[in-house]
Amino acid sequence: MADLVDMTIAQLRDGLKAGRFSAIELAKAYIAAIEKNRGLNAFVVETPDMALTQAAVSDQRLQKGEGRPLEGIPLGIKDLFCTRGVQTTAGSHILEGFKPPYESTVSQNLFDAGATMLGKLNMDEFAMGSANITSHFGPVKNPWKRKDGKDLVPGGSSGGSAAAVAAHIVAAATGTDTGGSIRQPASFTGIVGIKPTYGRCSRWGIVAFASSLDQAGPMARDVRDAAILLKAMAGHDPKDSTSVPAPVPNYEAAMTGNVKGLKFGIPKEYRVDGMPAEIEKLWQQGIDWLKAAGAEPVEISLPHTKYALPTYYIIAPAEASSNLARYDGVRYGLRVPGKSLDEMYENTRAEGFGAEVRRRILIGTYVLSAGYYDAYYLKAQRVRTLIFNDFREAWKKCDVVLTPTAPSAAFGIGEKEDDPIGMYLNDVFTVPVNLAGLPGMSVPAGLSGEGLPLGLQLIGKPFDEETLFRVGGVLETAANFTARPGA
Amino acid sequence: MSLDQATVARIAQLARIRVAPEDRPKMAKELQTILDWVEQLKELDTSKVEPMTSTVEVVMPQRADEVTDGGYPNKILANATDPVRVSSTEELGGFFTVPKVVE
Repeated sequence: MADLVDMTIAQLRDGLKAGRFSAIELAKAYIAAIEKNRGLNAFVVETPDMALTQAAVSDQRLQKGEGRPLEGIPLGIKDLFCTRGVQTTAGSHILEGFKPPYESTVSQNLFDAGATMLGKLNMDEFAMGSANITSHFGPVKNPWKRKDGKDLVPGGSSGGSAAAVAAHIVAAATGTDTGGSIRQPASFTGIVGIKPTYGRCSRWGIVAFASSLDQAGPMARDVRDAAILLKAMAGHDPKDSTSVPAPVPNYEAAMTGNVKGLKFGIPKEYRVDGMPAEIEKLWQQGIDWLKAAGAEPVEISLPHTKYALPTYYIIAPAEASSNLARYDGVRYGLRVPGKSLDEMYENTRAEGFGAEVRRRILIGTYVLSAGYYDAYYLKAQRVRTLIFNDFREAWKKCDVVLTPTAPSAAFGIGEKEDDPIGMYLNDVFTVPVNLAGLPGMSVPAGLSGEGLPLGLQLIGKPFDEETLFRVGGVLETAANFTARPGA
Repeated sequence: MSLDQATVARIAQLARIRVAPEDRPKMAKELQTILDWVEQLKELDTSKVEPMTSTVEVVMPQRADEVTDGGYPNKILANATDPVRVSSTEELGGFFTVPKVVE
């Protein structure tokens, strides 16, 4: 029998059901794997006792033949999801020690499906970052190494989730994606990540960054595991008025392997200046794979692509400046004393937020302030309509869009740190998808010259995650990505 | 247009984030870099474009006007600094505390 921690969720599900091993044995195998990999700094909090308690319940249910879809599957939960009684920090000093008295809907859905929790995963502070270097709890290391042996970033903001899945210290993890925070780290670590359509998963109990863009999604070893997880995570929630009251399809069943006659769009504007030749080559390889499977490539145009990043860096900070106003030292989290109430607020927020979060709150405050609102915020909202319309036109010609996930492979910890805009460019291919509210998936497709994973992105029509799973499954089979970090 | 230090001080005050006077020049420069970069949106004529408020066409749901949750002040205060808790023996308490606001 293969090592338990090297099995996919689909394999674990069958093994647990058949009684080949117990949920307790599985939890113990993962707890040991986590202890051996603490150098990655993937976890903010480990919860081995909770995992074992939940596993004991799972074993009882399995013995009675009452196993649920994720019975006994050990997951890591991004530290942006509020978890009852377990510290939830969003990677920030300002929430250090905060133990929510409630559970986020998405994590509750996973527990209701039988999943167990190994701990809370490290992330960029308030999900603001593309390298997992802004966490108050230190950077996460990518388990993959470049030929020079330098420590690499796992991407961000769901960097702890990505590193943990890639290192096989969790069976899978939750992530959230506001501008690429699931897909870019998935690409950097050779795993599958999907950001569902805005409205597919409830945002209730997820620490808010930019509410019109945030979505939760699974990060997993393969496309099937992501399909199994999303089915459990998604669904309407009366507590989030933007979650959509639509049935959740069986995503696993959508993986038919058949893409004959499907039209996939290749947006010419994604051939950006300075794109590395190996990314270009991988993209062409993806086109060839889908053609060989019977799908038809169509050139499409998304003319406002170059304006997506500047639009995002107005809208996201504006929403963040409003959302993060709640961290004032009064009701929970850090409090730094001051002589007056205002001084207490100012001291608490100066000390509690890191540099990138402060910068974004100040930008957001500026673009929303009197005299600048129309010139910046309203302008960005109008450009967002243009970006949305670009995709709406594209759907007249194709069923799905194929692009690279990120413009590079993982880079070194410490690189790009002094260049915020250079860092923002990581999300050039992912941000338009959030602005348009569409589903996007990253599938590991190949290795760079340095031996690092590279992903391809699929973008779908609103609420058509099924096509992403179908096409993602075909890409995955063709790519046959079996490389492992450190191998 | 360039951000002056008075503007940085004003934004910081609006955002309730202390930025020490000696840090203002650096912050002004960082914010200006980002603002210069987003200037490129001005190339687009958006005079006939509606601003986007939601990517999903949904009618905001309504629910019955009923109390569905609450009634647990100690749970609400569980993460607060120096709260005044509800005592089991007297009906006083159940407050967040802040520095004195009224002289």
